[in-house]
Amino acid sequence: MLSQIVAVSAVNFRSLRQRLGSSTVAIIGIAGVVVVFLGVLSIAEGFRAAMAGVGDPQTVIVMRAGSDTEMTSGLSGDTARLIMDTPGIARNERGPVASPELFVIVGHPTKKDPSDANVPLRGVSSAALQVRPEIRIVEGRMFTEGTNEIVVGRAASRQFANLDVGSQTRWGQNNWKVVGIFEANGSAAESEIWCDARVLQPAYQRGNSYQSVYVRLESPEGFQAFKDALTSNPQLSVTAIREPDYFAAQSDVLNSIITTIGFLIAGLMGIGAVFGAVNTMYTAVASRTREIATLRALGFGNFPVVFSVLSEAVILSLVGGVIGGLLAWIAFDGYQTSTMNFQSFSQVAFAFAVTPKLLGTALVYALLMGLVGGMLPAIRAARLPVVTALREL
Amino acid sequence: MKFLHIVWRNLMRRKIRTIFTLLSIFVSFVLFGYLMAIRSAFSMGIDLAGADRLMVLNKISIIMPLPVSYKERIKQIEGVKEVTFANWFGGYYQETRNQFPNMAVDAENWFKMYSEFAVPEDQMKAWLADRQGAIIGADLARRFGWKVGDRVPLQATIFARPDRRAWEFNISGIYDSPVKGTDKTQLFFHWELLNEVLRNTQFGNQVGWYVIKVNDPEQSPGVAKTVDTMFANSPTETKTDSEKNFIAGWAKQIGNISLITQLVAAAALFMMLLVTANTMAQSIRERTSELAVLKTLGFGDGRVLSLVLMESCVLALVGGIAGIAVSWALVTIGGDPTGAFLPQFLFPPKDVVIGVLMVVALGFAAGAIPALQAQRLRIVDALRRT
Repeated sequence: MLSQIVAVSAVNFRSLRQRLGSSTVAIIGIAGVVVVFLGVLSIAEGFRAAMAGVGDPQTVIVMRAGSDTEMTSGLSGDTARLIMDTPGIARNERGPVASPELFVIVGHPTKKDPSDANVPLRGVSSAALQVRPEIRIVEGRMFTEGTNEIVVGRAASRQFANLDVGSQTRWGQNNWKVVGIFEANGSAAESEIWCDARVLQPAYQRGNSYQSVYVRLESPEGFQAFKDALTSNPQLSVTAIREPDYFAAQSDVLNSIITTIGFLIAGLMGIGAVFGAVNTMYTAVASRTREIATLRALGFGNFPVVFSVLSEAVILSLVGGVIGGLLAWIAFDGYQTSTMNFQSFSQVAFAFAVTPKLLGTALVYALLMGLVGGMLPAIRAARLPVVTALREL
Repeated sequence: MKFLHIVWRNLMRRKIRTIFTLLSIFVSFVLFGYLMAIRSAFSMGIDLAGADRLMVLNKISIIMPLPVSYKERIKQIEGVKEVTFANWFGGYYQETRNQFPNMAVDAENWFKMYSEFAVPEDQMKAWLADRQGAIIGADLARRFGWKVGDRVPLQATIFARPDRRAWEFNISGIYDSPVKGTDKTQLFFHWELLNEVLRNTQFGNQVGWYVIKVNDPEQSPGVAKTVDTMFANSPTETKTDSEKNFIAGWAKQIGNISLITQLVAAAALFMMLLVTANTMAQSIRERTSELAVLKTLGFGDGRVLSLVLMESCVLALVGGIAGIAVSWALVTIGGDPTGAFLPQFLFPPKDVVIGVLMVVALGFAAGAIPALQAQRLRIVDALRRT
C-alpha cells in the first residue's frame, strides 16, 4: 500500500512540470486569498496590540462613576485630593504615587494632510512617569512644571506635522514648545501629547478640575481593597478600573468593526478560492485521466490515486499559503498608520502586525482550501471506470 | 442568436468546470457588492451633506463648548437663513456597549434645518409639547425595539444629573427618511431640558456646535469668514466650515484603514477574476481542433470569434449579475454586518452600474485572447493539434 502511494505520488510530482500553467494559477489564487486574509486581520491585530499592550495591572484609573472614557469623566480638584488620600496607594518621598489628569483633544494637522485631526492632549502631574513605569523619555527631557512645554509620544511625532523636539506649535490662545519624545513599547499611549495639567486647566477653562486620577497600587493584588475603599467613601462617586482593562474596553467598538469586516471579506474570498482550486484540480485530473486509468489497469488501488491527487492539492495550497504569508508579512508587518478611536474621538497611532499566530491561521486556512478543492476531483479520478477513462483523449 | 444552442452545448460539455467557474464569478461579485457598501459606510454619508449648511465649532477643539448666546448674534449676519444648535450628550442605554449618537438639540428649528428627517406631523407636535420627549431614528427604534410612547432611560457619561439618576425620555416620534443612506440611528431631545438641570454648573448655557443654513451656497465661504471674524479675540473663538468639509475631515480621521482594506480587497478581486478568466480561456484552448472543424465547414473568421466571445460573456453575465443581485439583497435586507455600528450601509446604485460594466468587461477579456487566436487559426495547423 505504502509503496503504491509513493509510486503514484512520484509520478504525480514528476508530471507537475507539464502542468505548470494551471498549477501556477492555483498557487496564485491561494496566495491572493492569504494576502487578503492577513492584510485585513493584521490591522485588527495591530490595533489590538497597541491597545492591549498598554498599562500595567498595578496601575488603576479612577474616573467619575458612570463614565466609560476619560473624555466624558470629570472630577473636581477636591475629589482628586480625596482619591489620592485613599489607602492602598504606593507612596514615595513626595507622597502618594498618583497623577490627577486632564484629557482633551486639540486639532492638529497630520504630516500627510493639512486639515486638522483630533490629537489627544493629556495634562499630567509630576507623578505621571512613576505611575506608568513602561513610559520612558527617549529624546530631550520631561517638561518643566508650570511652563508651556510639552513632551510628545513617539507615534504622535511620527504621524503629526511639526512635533519634533525644539518645534513650536499653537493651539487656541497658547503657544507650546516640544522638549521631549517618550516611548511606551509601541502602545497607544505613544499617540498622546503630554503637558502640565495645571497649565492646561486655564487654557481649556477647566478651573480646578480633572478627568481622571492615575494611581499606582502598593501591589497588584490590592485592587479590590482599593476599589472598596473608594466606593465605601460617601464623599466620592467614582469608578476604578485597572489600566489594561480600561484600554481593552476603549478599543472594543473599532475592534469589532475591523474584525467583522475582515472575516467577511476573508470568508468570501476563501469560498471563491475554493471554487478556483476545485477547477484547477479538476483540470489537472482531467488532463491525467488516461495516466491514472493506466495506473489502475496495472493494479494500483483507489486509495493511492486519491491520496496522490489530494497531496498535490495540499502541496500547491501550502506553497501558495507560504508565498502569500511572506508577501503579506513584507507588505503589512510594521506598517505605521493611525485611525480615530470611536470611543474617545481621538487619534490612535498603531502598526499593522502580522503575528506568527495569524500566519499559522492563514496557513491552516490555505490547507483547508486545498483539501476541499482537491477532494471532489480526487474522488472522481478514483471512481471513473477504467475502460471509459482509457478511451478519453 | 441562432448559435446560442452551440454555445450552450459547449458550456455543458464540462458541467463541473462551468458550474465552478460560475460560482467563482458569483462570489467575486458578491464580494464586490460588500466592498462598495463598506466604502460608502466609511465615507460617512459625505455625499448627503447639505451644500447650504455650515458647521460652527469651538476653534480650540471639537470637545469645547460655545455659549448659547451666539445664536442671536449669528442670526443677524447677512446671508444667514436659519441657525440651530446641538450638544453631544453621549449617553448609553443600559450598558456601555449600547452606544449611539444622542444629542440635545434646539427644538425650535432643528428639524427645519435637517429637512431630510421626516417626522409625522402629529408626532412632531407631541414632541414640541413634551419637554422630556425624544425623537429617534427608525433604525435605532428597530435596534432596541422602542415604540412611540415608550419611556427610555439613558445613562449620562458627560452630563451627570446632580441626583446621579439616569436621564429619562419619552419617545414622542420616530423619523425616517426618503433619502437613502441617511443616518437613522440617532436620538434627539430638548436642549432646554439639559440646560434646566445643568444651569448652575460649568455646563450651563453651553452648546456643542451651531448649524447655519445660508440663503445661497455660493456665499458660504463669505458667511463662514464673517462668523469667525465676529468672535475673533473673544474668550471663545469659532471655526466655521461647510458640512461637507466637516464630514470629510471626520472621515479622513479614520485614516487609510478603509483605503487599505479596499485596496487589498480590490487586488484580491482582480486576482480572482484573473484566475477565472484563465479557466475560461483554457476551456476554449482545449477545443482548438473543433474550431478548425467549424472553419472547414465554412464558418467565417468573424463568426468563430463571436461564438467564442459569446460563450465567455454568457458565463460572466450569468455569474456576475447573480452575484450583484445577491449582494444587493444581502446588503439592503441583511444590513450592517457589524451590528449597527456603521451609520449607513448600502450598495450605492452608481456602484451597481460599475459592477455590471465590470461583468461585461470580464466576459470580453476572458474570451478575447482565445477568440483572437481562434480567428487567426490556420485550419491545417489546428487539425494537426490534438
